[in-house]
Amino acid sequence: MSKQSQHWEKTRGLLFITLAIWFVFSIGIFFFGTEMQASSFRPFGYPLSYYMTCQGSLLAFVILIFWFANRQEKIDEEFGFSEREDD
Amino acid sequence: MIKGKFIDNLPKVYGIYTGGFLVFIILMAIAEQTGLMSAKAIGIAFVAFTVGIYAVIGYLSRTLQLDAYYVAGRQVPTVFNGMATAADWMSGASFVAMAGGIYFKGYGYMALLVGWTGGYVLVASLLAPYLRKFGCYTVPDFIGTRYGGNAARLSAVLVLTVASFTYVTAQINATGTIASVALDIPFEVAVYVGLAGILICSMLGGMRAVTWTQVAQYIVLIIAYLLPVFWISNKMGAGIFPHLMLADEVARIAELESQFGLGTIKNTAADLATVPKGLAGITKAHSSVNGTNWGFISLAVCMMAGTASLPHVMMRYFTTPSVKTARRSVAWSLFFIFLLYSTAPMLATLSKLSLIDPTLSTGIIGRSIADVQALDWYQNWNQAKLMFVSDFNGNGTLELNEFFMGGKAVVLATPEIAGLPYVISGLVAAGGMAAAMSTADGLVLAIANALSHDLYYKIIDPKAETAKRLIVARVLLVIIGFAGATIAAMKIQGILGSVIWAFDFAMSGLFFPLVLGVWWKRANSQGAVAGMLLGLLSGTAYLIWVRNGGAGFWGVTQLTFGIVGSAVSLVSMVVVTLMTPAPDAKTMAMVDEVRIPSGKTVLGRQH
Repeated sequence: MSKQSQHWEKTRGLLFITLAIWFVFSIGIFFFGTEMQASSFRPFGYPLSYYMTCQGSLLAFVILIFWFANRQEKIDEEFGFSEREDD
Repeated sequence: MIKGKFIDNLPKVYGIYTGGFLVFIILMAIAEQTGLMSAKAIGIAFVAFTVGIYAVIGYLSRTLQLDAYYVAGRQVPTVFNGMATAADWMSGASFVAMAGGIYFKGYGYMALLVGWTGGYVLVASLLAPYLRKFGCYTVPDFIGTRYGGNAARLSAVLVLTVASFTYVTAQINATGTIASVALDIPFEVAVYVGLAGILICSMLGGMRAVTWTQVAQYIVLIIAYLLPVFWISNKMGAGIFPHLMLADEVARIAELESQFGLGTIKNTAADLATVPKGLAGITKAHSSVNGTNWGFISLAVCMMAGTASLPHVMMRYFTTPSVKTARRSVAWSLFFIFLLYSTAPMLATLSKLSLIDPTLSTGIIGRSIADVQALDWYQNWNQAKLMFVSDFNGNGTLELNEFFMGGKAVVLATPEIAGLPYVISGLVAAGGMAAAMSTADGLVLAIANALSHDLYYKIIDPKAETAKRLIVARVLLVIIGFAGATIAAMKIQGILGSVIWAFDFAMSGLFFPLVLGVWWKRANSQGAVAGMLLGLLSGTAYLIWVRNGGAGFWGVTQLTFGIVGSAVSLVSMVVVTLMTPAPDAKTMAMVDEVRIPSGKTVLGRQH
């Protein structure tokens, strides 16, 4: 397998992991709105459902993208596809 | 000119700017306390001062170069591009209408918060870095080159124009609303005042001017949004840091809701007919789950896919120096957006509690109607047609179901209701103006660039010289601005409604053709054209059907019609692609090239 297709394989793997985490926080948990609301786990005292939609999921996305960017940079470096920095 | 040095000195330049703005706020506060300036003068000063600065930045960033005009010379550093994208993204709707939406509709509405942030994960992982590597000027530029042929390019221009134009009328509407309140001029005039500001920022310098004004606008809008919320929260004794400390207030609202009989006491149709158009009462629970799971999820999905297809956002990532910085820049964008979005529900909570809690001095529910009608702020906002009370049951006391407010009032009026000095209201007006202007800039530029680059240069006159291309681009900018303002002045749809539609249009036509262009090598021109046109068509048809009383299916409403559009788009794109020949070897090689970050861009630096 060529270097390029190996690189793409890994990139695609990272994409699937990223999208899986994204799915959980953007869609998955909201199938359980009422269950979350009834949960005794209450971050900062807010009902869990309320907390996730106004802060929790949003924060998860911010962290997820920073993590994704770092991982992708590592993959690019591994195969020598990272750009020369001149900025 | 100032270019090289300017880029190196960005933190310093914007640091001084932020400091200067804070000094201006303090000066205004002093002027108010000493009685030197009237409330109206302060409002005018805030809007005039900030718009004046944007105009200066717009003028200083003027350019005669193509890559500066279209992609800001591709040298915008990561964090600053993040700020510019955040301003580009957070529109008048986010700033003036979103907290209001949450105030009225509660949990179900907060799907917008999830959707408008979650979409950035798709932008970062599926599209932005690859489109940056491509080196295009506009989104149709990518579609046209990747798939080949004028049909694909033209279809992309069509979808882009429909989606962005729907969006831009909402933004010009928002600038008009704020300018008319702050400057005390009629809405129909204020719309054109707003337009003038938008054009000054974008006309001379294109993307370069828009970038640097957007950074300045972000700083104004984030200060204007956060400062009042922290202030009110502290003033009410709700908590020093509202985001983490409002649990008691959220619980208290739920308690009051049941005490006041929310959902059990209903207004008659005859009573509601006396309420001015556009105002609403509180009819939905604030924090508890108040709709179906699917209703929440479908709205979030539409906003996420729409985010990844809206050209004015994607275009911002064409301006970074490299693929790597484009990726990082998405993360920073979302961080800056998060600062405002996580604050909106807190503002809605504080605003609602301060109005409905009878134990607070600001609470009006349970007081006599005559008392409420005598309040200064009530009279102001009633006059602005944003507040209304009526004694439906004739008991002389204001009940929860007898109080009506416009969505915009939550952001614009809360500082005044909570008893903050007027300087804060002036600041909020400047912030709202910044938010609406920055998005309108980005959108008008996205449409004008697509028409000038993709339609005029690539299709009509490929031999046109640089100078001529830039003139055409600017003329189109003015025409589109005026068209947008004219339609905005007619007030066809509310701000938030049109914004949500724009996302659905973009998602219907562009989401799958863009994503599959990178991730599915086999995708070809015929498939993409079918996907774009049939997606847009079926989405629009569904919208018209539901608007005219159609029953709809799958629980898809007029706010989520993108689900139908994009499903049709995906199916038709895949089917047509498989029925027609695979793209040629050159196109396949091009897709391979796009997938690795290093090396030259696919399209040349000037094209």
